[in-house]
Amino acid sequence: MTFRVGPRTNQIIAYTALLIMTVITIFVLFFIIGFILKNGLGQVSLKFLTERTTDMGKAGGIFPSILGTLFVTLLAIIIAAPIGVGSAVYLVEYTKAGFVRRIISFGADCLNGVPSIIFGLFGFIFFVITLNFGWSVLSGGLTLAVMILPTIIRTSEEAIKTVPRAYREISYSLGGGKLDTILKVVLPTALPGILTGVILGIGRAIGETAAVIFTAGSSLGLPTSIFSSTRTLAVHFYILAREGISMPKAYATATVLIIIILLINFIAYRLVHRFIARYY
Amino acid sequence: MIIETAKLNLYYGKFQALKNINLQIKRNLITGIIGPSGCGKSTLLRVFNRMNDLIENVRITGSVFFDKEDIYSPLYDIIMLRKRIGMVFQRPNAFPLSVFDNIAYGPRVWGMNDKMVLNEIVERSLTAVDLFNDLKDRLKTSALALSAEKQQRLCIARLLAVEPEVLLMDEPCSALDPIATGKIEELMQELKKRYTIIIVTHNMQQAARIADEVGFMLLGELIEFDSAKKIFTNPRDKRTFDYISGRFG
Ligand SMILES: Nc1ncnc2c1ncn2[C@@H]1O[C@H](COP(=O)(O)OP(=O)(O)OP(=O)(O)O)[C@@H](O)[C@H]1O
Ligand SMILES: [Mg+2]
Repeated sequence: MTFRVGPRTNQIIAYTALLIMTVITIFVLFFIIGFILKNGLGQVSLKFLTERTTDMGKAGGIFPSILGTLFVTLLAIIIAAPIGVGSAVYLVEYTKAGFVRRIISFGADCLNGVPSIIFGLFGFIFFVITLNFGWSVLSGGLTLAVMILPTIIRTSEEAIKTVPRAYREISYSLGGGKLDTILKVVLPTALPGILTGVILGIGRAIGETAAVIFTAGSSLGLPTSIFSSTRTLAVHFYILAREGISMPKAYATATVLIIIILLINFIAYRLVHRFIARYY
Repeated sequence: MIIETAKLNLYYGKFQALKNINLQIKRNLITGIIGPSGCGKSTLLRVFNRMNDLIENVRITGSVFFDKEDIYSPLYDIIMLRKRIGMVFQRPNAFPLSVFDNIAYGPRVWGMNDKMVLNEIVERSLTAVDLFNDLKDRLKTSALALSAEKQQRLCIARLLAVEPEVLLMDEPCSALDPIATGKIEELMQELKKRYTIIIVTHNMQQAARIADEVGFMLLGELIEFDSAKKIFTNPRDKRTFDYISGRFG
């Protein structure tokens, strides 16, 4: 005798299974965030955010690390976003679909899967040693730029590809050149998708530890130039926890990191939606 | 005579889509191109503003004259050609921009950035398609929010904004309902006073209603070209007769 269920029962089972998985995912997410916030939120104060770090991190605040994170990430985005979007435009608009484009896309996908410590090692050997930038904001930013570049290229590429062919044809039919078409039609239409890629990149850069600890260093001094060594929030958290310096401070740092990431995602989400609501 | 083709052949790779087309389009008339699906109507239309250049592996022989000049001669200014011969596409495709930016797109591409002049152009173009009163308070809102008919009008306005001489229309009403179609046809009658219109249509009634002259195409050939009256009442070729009496297509 075979076991059979009706299509309706099937539906119910599938629905329930999917629901459970969703609930688990959301639960895990909220559990992690909740756990960190519960342990960390109590220590976060204006003083903690604005004071210099003292006694290896046992005391004081995390101001240098906030600045360091900001600088390194900003530098990475300033470098990676234009290059990434530019490459995507070049790939989609100026090369024929075919072997070369597939190779490049494949390469970008592979790079996306490379563990970040490898990028850290590369950055250390190339930027820190060979180019002699030392442990610095510059080395860290460049390394992160290399690391997030594939994400930005691939998401931008997909976004640009989804711009309807008709839009391009209309632009040409009105006498638009290739550059007009790209700048005034293709990029604005693809902007939400491109922004999504850039935000993913920012998220990855901010939370990154392995790639920056080798390249930006772990100095607790205030970063004053792009050649200063600095310690990002993620690295600071890692060192505090790993070396058992201060768990409360570690949680507090993690809390700040999480809040920043949530904030960026929220702002970006609002931006993209405002853009979409305006014109779509 | 504004457009004239001589021994025009077009190949997509090995496939010949247009075969020895000789036709003459007169100024300030509506010329209809009819024929069954796949006979090459759109291809022919896209020859006139060189849109086929955007497709790979297209090869053209013969000549196409616009205002007595061969538009396929190597030194011909394609960008200028596309300004003078504009195109309305099958589906009303407004850009995901505001109404204003849609219409100002062409003029801006042509280097016009003076806000006052752009305002004027937008007003004039929208008025020409009978949309201005409707939209004058909504110029900053998304064009995609408009109905299909209004979007198609907007697309025509966007085209008029660059002051073309010829309007190529590739089944401009096929995405519209009969009432909207009727309104667009009225608009075309109005536009005919100032522009030369070439319209591709599947719809023979439409061709009969609005076209002055009609060309019938079949399998890449221009079978017959004559006044609409002649084509629809007393065609010379048996294949034309079969088509207009609904035997095929
Ligand atoms: N880019 C292309 N590459 C290869 N063949 C094409 C291409 N575009 C069109 N064709 C072929 O050329 C022929 C004519 O196509 P065209 O689009 O001009 O026909 P049409 O008369 O406009 O048809 P419809 O009424 O369906 O729009 C068709 O057989 C079509 O398959
Ligand atoms: Mg067609």
